[in-house]
Amino acid sequence: MYDSPKSDSTVKHAIKIAANKVQVFYGDTHAIKDVDVQIEDKTVTAFIGPSGCGKSTFLRTLNRMNDTIDICRVEGEILLDGENIYDKRVDPVQLRAKVGMVFQKPNPFPKSIYDNIAYGPRIHGLAKTKADLDEIVEKSLRRGAIWNEVKDRLHSPGTGLSGGQQQRLCIARAVATEPEVLLMDEPCSALDPIATGQVEELIDELRESYSVVIVTHSMQQAARVSQKTAFFHLGNLVEFGETSQIFTNPKDPRTESYITGRIG
Amino acid sequence: MTEQKQHIASAFDRDLEAIQAKIMKMGGLVEAAILDASQSLDARDEELADKVRKGDAAIDELEEMINEDAARLIALRAPTASDLRVVLSVMKISANLERIGDYAKNMAKRTGVLVQMSPIPGSHSSLRRMAREVERQLQDALDAYIRRDVALAEDVIQRDLEIDQMYNALFREFLTFMMEDPRNITACMHLHFIAKNNERMGDHATSIAEQVVYLVTGETPDEKRPKQDKTSTDLGVAPEGSYVEKSKDA
Repeated sequence: MYDSPKSDSTVKHAIKIAANKVQVFYGDTHAIKDVDVQIEDKTVTAFIGPSGCGKSTFLRTLNRMNDTIDICRVEGEILLDGENIYDKRVDPVQLRAKVGMVFQKPNPFPKSIYDNIAYGPRIHGLAKTKADLDEIVEKSLRRGAIWNEVKDRLHSPGTGLSGGQQQRLCIARAVATEPEVLLMDEPCSALDPIATGQVEELIDELRESYSVVIVTHSMQQAARVSQKTAFFHLGNLVEFGETSQIFTNPKDPRTESYITGRIG
Repeated sequence: MTEQKQHIASAFDRDLEAIQAKIMKMGGLVEAAILDASQSLDARDEELADKVRKGDAAIDELEEMINEDAARLIALRAPTASDLRVVLSVMKISANLERIGDYAKNMAKRTGVLVQMSPIPGSHSSLRRMAREVERQLQDALDAYIRRDVALAEDVIQRDLEIDQMYNALFREFLTFMMEDPRNITACMHLHFIAKNNERMGDHATSIAEQVVYLVTGETPDEKRPKQDKTSTDLGVAPEGSYVEKSKDA
C-alpha cells in the first residue's frame, strides 16, 4: 500500500507568545477586544486587516511599545515563554531586546552603519572587546542580508543607504541584540518590489532562528511570507489559522470579504 | 449568479462573470453534441453525425479561450478564497467539457461507419436511453454549478451508478451478439465503444459535480462514490460458455 501524499503533516512548533483575553484601550476607545492568540516559535505569523482594525496596536502590545502612550491601557495577559510581560518585575528595555521591532519607515540612527548595529549590543553589554563587537556587527549585517553591500563602507552614515538597504540595516540592527521574537510593522510598504523581495527572502531566513510577527497591508505579502495568518476587524481577532487555509478556504465571511477585495 | 457581495474593483466581477458565461456556452454546445450524436446514431443520419464532428472545433476553441481568461485572471487579479476556487473549478470544468465533446465527436465518427452496416436489433434504444441519461447528468451538474447547489451536485455524483449499470448491461448484450454471429463483431465493437464513450462522459459529468462541491465548500468530496463498471475486473460478466468462463475454472 502506498502512503497517501496527503499524510505528511506540517511541523508543530512550540508556543512562543500566548495572548489571553487581551484588551487595549486608548482613553475611552476600546481598540482591542478579547484577543486570544498563540504565536509559534520559528514561524512567520502575519496580521492582516483593514486600517484601524487594531493589528498594529496588538503588535505593539507584544513588546510593550504601547507603554510610551499615556492614555493607552492594556488588560489581560501576554506570556512570552510562559512569563507575563506585563508583570511589574519585567524591565521593558530588557523585554525589547528579546522582542525586537522593525518599523514601516526605515529609521536608521544618524550614525555610521557600524554604530547603528553596535548601539544595542553596547547598551546591553553584549560585547566585552572591540573584536567581539566587530564580530556581532558582521554577523548581524550578514543576517540582514546586507553585509556584502556595506562591508567596505561601515563608517559611512546609515542614512546614506537606499531605502531597501536602510530597511535591511534596521532588520540587522534588530537582530544584533539576539532577540527571540521579531515584530515587523509593514516593513516593506516604503520599498520597491526588488527591495521588498529581498526583505521577504530575509524574513524567510530569519524564521529559522526567530519567531517573526509581521503586520502587512499586502495580502499577497502575507500569503508569500507567513505560515500562520490572523485577520483582525474592528478590534476583534476574527480568524486565525494556517495561511494556506485562510487564503483558499476562510471560515468566516468577513475574512472572505476582506481577502477577496469585496465591499464589507 | 452568486449571493456574494461585489468586489471593490468592479472589473474583477465582470471578468469572473465573463469566464463563467463562457463555461455555460460551452456546456450548452456539449449538451447539444451529446444529443445530436445519439440522434444521428438512432436515425442513421450521416448528415447530423457530420455536424457533430465539425461542431467540436467550436468547443475546443472555447476551452482555449477559458484557459487564456483564467491565466489572465490569475496573473492580473491574484484571486483568493472563493474567487480562486471559481478560477480553478472553471479550468477543470472546461477540461471535462472538452473531453465530453471529444467523446461525442467520436460517437459521431463511429455512426458514420455504422450506417454502412446492417443494424443490430435492440441496441439503439438502450444507447439512446444511456445518452439521454448522460446528457441529463451533465445538465444537472451545470445547473448545480450555476446555482452553487451542493445537494444537486451530490445527487449527480450518486446517480453515476445508473450509467455504469447501463454500460454493464450493454457490455453483456454486445458480447452475446458477437458470440451468436461473428458477422456482428465489427458493428458491435463500434457500438461497444459508443457505450464506453457514454460511460466516460458520465464520469466527466460526475467530475464537474465534484468541482461544484469543491467550489462551494472548499473541500473535495471523498472518493467513496459508488462504482458499478465492473467489466474491467469481473470475469463473471462474460456470458455462459464463453472462453473467459472456462479459463476461470482451469
